[in-house]
Amino acid sequence: MIFILLSIIFLVLRVMPGDPVLAMLGDKAPMSQIQEMRHRLGIDRPLYVQFFDYLFNLLRGNLGNSLIWGRRPIAVEILEHFPATLELTIGSMIVMLLVGVFTGAQSAYRRDSPTDYGLRTFGILIYSIPIFWFGMVLQLIFGVYLKWLPIAGRIDPFLTPRGITGLYTIDSLLAGNILSFVSTIQHLILPSLTLGLVLSGIFTRLTRVNMLDILRQDFVAAARARGLKETTVLYKYALRNAFIPILTMIGLQFALLLAGAVLTETTFSWPGMGSYLIERISYRDFPAIQGAVVFFAALVAAVSVAVDMIYAYLDPRIRY
Amino acid sequence: MKSLSGIPARLLLRKVPKGAEVYLAVAGAVLLVTVISLTFLAPYIAPYNPIIEVGPALQPPSSQYPLGTDHLGRDVYSRVLYGAIVALEVSAISVLLSSIVGTVLGLFSGYSGGKMDRVFSMVMDSVYAFPGLILAIAIAAMMGPGLVNMSIAIAVVYIPTYFRMIRGQVLQTREQLYVEAARALGAKNSTILFRYIFANIMPSLVVVLSLNVADAILTEAGLSYLGLGIPPPTPDWGFDLSKGKSYLPGGYWWMITFPGIMILIVVLGFSLLGEGLNEILSPRLRER
Repeated sequence: MIFILLSIIFLVLRVMPGDPVLAMLGDKAPMSQIQEMRHRLGIDRPLYVQFFDYLFNLLRGNLGNSLIWGRRPIAVEILEHFPATLELTIGSMIVMLLVGVFTGAQSAYRRDSPTDYGLRTFGILIYSIPIFWFGMVLQLIFGVYLKWLPIAGRIDPFLTPRGITGLYTIDSLLAGNILSFVSTIQHLILPSLTLGLVLSGIFTRLTRVNMLDILRQDFVAAARARGLKETTVLYKYALRNAFIPILTMIGLQFALLLAGAVLTETTFSWPGMGSYLIERISYRDFPAIQGAVVFFAALVAAVSVAVDMIYAYLDPRIRY
Repeated sequence: MKSLSGIPARLLLRKVPKGAEVYLAVAGAVLLVTVISLTFLAPYIAPYNPIIEVGPALQPPSSQYPLGTDHLGRDVYSRVLYGAIVALEVSAISVLLSSIVGTVLGLFSGYSGGKMDRVFSMVMDSVYAFPGLILAIAIAAMMGPGLVNMSIAIAVVYIPTYFRMIRGQVLQTREQLYVEAARALGAKNSTILFRYIFANIMPSLVVVLSLNVADAILTEAGLSYLGLGIPPPTPDWGFDLSKGKSYLPGGYWWMITFPGIMILIVVLGFSLLGEGLNEILSPRLRER
């Protein structure tokens, strides 16, 4: 799958109308300069040569060099930006699952009650909100008016922990620096809420549908007949069984999470992959754009493999 | 409900479904009719020209400027009204493009099967798995700004949605008895494909179309928010929001509130309509 995606991205970026060299140098650049630039980027060679060249470099972990700011290797730049995105997606996933699964379970349990309709409407409504606008509204309320939380960046710049993982939450704990841990969490709250809440709507609906199926089954009735508390039945018996399809959906929704992360990062000046991609687009740094997109593709593929493996582990009937 | 063109009337009249679903669809339709009529009426009801300076910059909402003015002294109310035009145009073009390409490819791929089908499915599945907005960003960045370019970028992203849905339905429908009967009677392939199979897929297509327009509007807003949309000064909700973001720390809430609410209303309208139609048109789902 990743190979097909790579080929498509390559084709889209190379064959689509729009000449990167013209865009970089402007329409009025002399022909000789254009030719030279083409040669330097290697895009004057036949398409298939470029393609295989790119593939081989990719296998060696070489994404080429950036066109701006000292022409650093793109792979290095991406590794610098990725931890920020990872931290944001993990934070959002926590919000998304907590809110989505809880509302979905409640909605199924109180089927056709006002709560159910209310929560289902919430699911549709929250999914219709433009994610970046929701982020701005939160910024306005909690950052500008109430001044509770910061609205930009990952951490107070003076508190940046030195560390190996690049995840500031973990790095600051490893360094034993409580101040920077608190600062990281403060910066993380609003972006995670933004992304997590918007995507939680899908999980509300998904949990609801699965729970409705499960709540009708005999073992739930049996658990009730044994006199177990309703909360135990709902969360320990039913939800556990509804969780497998939900888990698969996390894998499928990961792409959506990444797309949302791009918009969230831009809104919160979060220095992750999304900001990197958008920044490089504004500088017309085409190798970097391509590298970032390829990296996103690899990430999606990796997550889908990981979810398959967890799935097989959770459900013993599935063997690959 | 007569105006829901494209849906055979008998599907709506067959049995009036009870419950919230109908209200959902009606609520969605009402929201949409309101916004679409606003779009057509924009030149008559907008108090100012949306692209020229009409007063002091950053004025809060008042009787003179109902929703305030932006950083260049333009009337936010007028810009919000006109902004609907770009959003609806781009989403209409892109959805039309992707639904036509996706449906045609899906029909032929599913009906003919074989190697071609496998290749198409693999390619479409890969594109489908990729984060749509990021693909649209990459394409839009390569093609440069503009209405048509942005529509194409969005269209590419949604082709697999139609392809997969249509292909799946074709595979199911192809084995139905009435299709076999038609074949036995010597109907041509094209007749079977369009009169028998496609006609039965139509209801699902309408649902997906409606939900897809909602998605397309969000993607359009996202692209123009990131600066990949229509070049200024054309009024565009996404772009206006990105400008409003720079003025957010100053507390100029009116610059971001109203374009955002408009996006929300339009997307919500299409989502509700799609959800409602989905439940009305597919009775099997209603049993849940």
